[in-house]
Amino acid sequence: MTAIIALSLFGISNLFWGFWFPRKVLQILTLLFIAVGIGLTAMDWNHELLWFGNMFRTTNTSINFSLIIQLAAFLVVALSRGFGADDEHTHPAEYYAILLFSVVGAILMVSFDHMIMLFVGLEILSVAMYVLTGSDKRNLKSNEAALKYFLMGAFATGILLFGITLVYGATRSFYVSNLANIIAATAPESMPSFLYIGVLLMVVGLLFKVSAAPFHFWTPDVYEGAPTIFTMFMSTVVKTAGFAALYHILSGVFGGIYSTWVLTIYFISMLTLIIGNVTAAYQVSVKRMLAYSSISHAGYMLMTVSAMQKSSTSTVLYYSLSYTLATVAAFAVLIIVSEYQTGRKEKPEDYSSFEGLAKNNPGLAFCFTISLLSLAGIPLTAGFWGKFFIFSDSFNRNIIYPVILAILMSAVGIYYYFRGIITMYFKDGDIEKIEIPTLFKIALWFCTIGTLALGVYPNLVKSLF
Amino acid sequence: MNLVFILFFPLLIGAYLLIAKPKQAFIISLSAAIIEAVATGLVLYKINESLVPITFIQNWIPEVGIQFSLKADGISGILIGLCTLLLPFIIGSTAKTEKANHAQYQGLILMMQSAMMGAFLAKDAFLFYFFFEASLLPIYFLASKFGGENKSAITFKFLLYTIFGSLFLFIGLIFVYLRTPGATHSADIEALYLTARNLSAESQGYLFIAFFIAFAIKMPIFPFHTWQPDTYTTSPSQGTMLLSGIMLKMGTYGVIRLIIPMFPLGIGIWGNTAIILSIIGVIYGSIIAIQQKDAKRLLAYSSFAHVGLISAGMLTQSFEGIQGALYQMLSHGINVIGLFFVIEIIERRTKSRELAQLGGITQSSYALTVCFIILSLGSVALPLTNGFIGEFILLKSIFDYSMIFGIVAGITIILGAVYTLRLIQKTMFGNVSRITTEFSKLTLEEKMALIPLSIFVLLGGIFPNAILHFSEESVSQITQLLK
Repeated sequence: MTAIIALSLFGISNLFWGFWFPRKVLQILTLLFIAVGIGLTAMDWNHELLWFGNMFRTTNTSINFSLIIQLAAFLVVALSRGFGADDEHTHPAEYYAILLFSVVGAILMVSFDHMIMLFVGLEILSVAMYVLTGSDKRNLKSNEAALKYFLMGAFATGILLFGITLVYGATRSFYVSNLANIIAATAPESMPSFLYIGVLLMVVGLLFKVSAAPFHFWTPDVYEGAPTIFTMFMSTVVKTAGFAALYHILSGVFGGIYSTWVLTIYFISMLTLIIGNVTAAYQVSVKRMLAYSSISHAGYMLMTVSAMQKSSTSTVLYYSLSYTLATVAAFAVLIIVSEYQTGRKEKPEDYSSFEGLAKNNPGLAFCFTISLLSLAGIPLTAGFWGKFFIFSDSFNRNIIYPVILAILMSAVGIYYYFRGIITMYFKDGDIEKIEIPTLFKIALWFCTIGTLALGVYPNLVKSLF
Repeated sequence: MNLVFILFFPLLIGAYLLIAKPKQAFIISLSAAIIEAVATGLVLYKINESLVPITFIQNWIPEVGIQFSLKADGISGILIGLCTLLLPFIIGSTAKTEKANHAQYQGLILMMQSAMMGAFLAKDAFLFYFFFEASLLPIYFLASKFGGENKSAITFKFLLYTIFGSLFLFIGLIFVYLRTPGATHSADIEALYLTARNLSAESQGYLFIAFFIAFAIKMPIFPFHTWQPDTYTTSPSQGTMLLSGIMLKMGTYGVIRLIIPMFPLGIGIWGNTAIILSIIGVIYGSIIAIQQKDAKRLLAYSSFAHVGLISAGMLTQSFEGIQGALYQMLSHGINVIGLFFVIEIIERRTKSRELAQLGGITQSSYALTVCFIILSLGSVALPLTNGFIGEFILLKSIFDYSMIFGIVAGITIILGAVYTLRLIQKTMFGNVSRITTEFSKLTLEEKMALIPLSIFVLLGGIFPNAILHFSEESVSQITQLLK
């Protein structure tokens, strides 16, 4: 809990450091701040406590989620050289500060015990993201993306709030722990029917944030328009926080009325899998492909949520971690390659920019390969076990057909992920050796080795979850 | 501990070759393969002495009951034996070519070996799946980096096809695994036997389909074979040898190790269909092989035909069928690698595999002709060659199962002779063609690879009992389960 106070203070202090320090120092400072945040979060381990008028609860699950989120933020800051090269126009201090604030929002979203906390956390996170999306001020696409994200996001938050209100109306409580008891104690017939509408609206609001179909239409455009480093942040931190919140609500609050919402979640997860995977296969831009792939992974995660097993918590955690590591690495390589190709190619984010990357940059190509393999769920990588846990959760609930569909869609996934690998290794191109800063290299290899280590020995973290 | 060594040793050397890229890649990888073969030989010797399987068990993911457990019994023993026996020849066949000291090439071959050893040794079903899938990556990179014409599209098709199949195996395994008793379940293959056998006939039927699709694509069985001729043709020779000599045995091994003991009722429902498909493959592959113009493609189809017979034999679930299948896997591996090597030798010298352009090689290289004929006769299953023993036992088991199937499958002997003898005639005999006039004699390295392989063909035909005895115990354990 102290982590959110510390991170907020650090964020504010960052605004002032910006007067004196150059970007490099700020980056190191921010890394330090997040490291402190990680340490403070970890100190709460095994202390289940309530804070802020019982509105905020730290459990081991919420701590795990917070750690994953801060790890992702840490990696993003370490990789953040894409913006702020031109200090005058990009205001690095502000961006690092906003990044820290959004992490605070994300932590609130994973540890709330009161619906208002969920709403506040979501808003802190979202408003920060709207700003970061539009941070490339002179790029028309970035502006468009920010506006689009803001309009759609505000709408979704409104729906969530509406849902919270209806649920409150039906149960007269905002507290997660109370709500579950009230729902369990009341006979389903005597429950006002607008409770279910409320649940549905809340779910819709959160599904929007995790970009599940059919609420995904903003995703590709926003992901493409935002500076890549913030796309990386969006697809890891926001998604993890969104799923944690969704899972917390559905399992912690509405687990008692499982049968009323499960079909909806099923349907949405199937739709998300199909739309995400099939559309990703048609993309020519790697960035858009990763956007659709992030949609498809939302589909896999929703499968676990709908299976709602004892092991589901650990599955969601494991999947979030493996997905985060792989996505960060993939976007990191994309940043390097597209920066190199800017000016050389018309569209630096297309597959064609990766042609022949493996020849002079075997390290980069290897990192990208491992991250794509992990996203595709091939053995030896973390993604394989993620899929394994998801499928076994679903089978435990006797869900057969969705799993078969998910299998078919994984095969589609292999098609487009391997396209990237083929382009790097087997197409001819003339990419010279690209110089990579040390910090960047460390973060990139951390993700790659982490993905491999979790793939070979998942117990490394599985025992914690 | 020995098992761990033989599993990871090639991986380590392979990784070293890939990362450090030493200049002397050929020597390193060849000696690694030989050390591996000797180490495996010692393990096999130990098993053969006591006929007790060697196991190694270590916790891997205890929360979900998955273990890192290895087991070498008679069945695994034959396959790891095959794998390690052939690897020195596969690596040796690169001698004096530009691939010999290509560190990446050699490294990928060794990694491939490690993955295949893992699949053959795994005692845990997910460990098996893990290696089953992982073996695809090195062979994919090998084939699409060093392959021939149109490699990118063909190898991609191969990759998608096989992964697609194994995904079904994956969900099938999860399905059975979740039904094992205990809070954490167990993925031990023997625990899965017990659980799967108690499932209803209907579930077993579906599971049989899921498992069989995966293995049928790997082998391949008609009608899942469409990736195979192209991939075999386009891969570099060593890739083709790995694919046909060892990797397809992962499919047949999977059937023996998993399908037969796990789903007796499932085989009851679908077994006939699967055998019919296999036999269709035998006949269909042979007929197409007869019409091929490209020697490598001809061998690809012949391999397809042979594996169909293996599959049909073992799906009869009889003791003879499984024994014959194991024996034939061994002989097919040896023969096919020798034959592909001969084609590679011809191609190196003449730059052609077109049957119409070749001929008369016997006049310039007598040794090559002799070796080629011995290997081909092994493939035709002439008595006194290893192929005869395998095919004879297989055909006997199919006859016992059903007279009609036996008769139809028996045609393979005639058809096999037709395409193999045609291959010999078009390449070795006849008039010397424009490109074979300058055909040089075999080099020492080539002889060192081909002559031992030819000797294995004869030894396998004359002394089959050593091998058959070796696997007897394990096979009878599996057939005991069926009673």
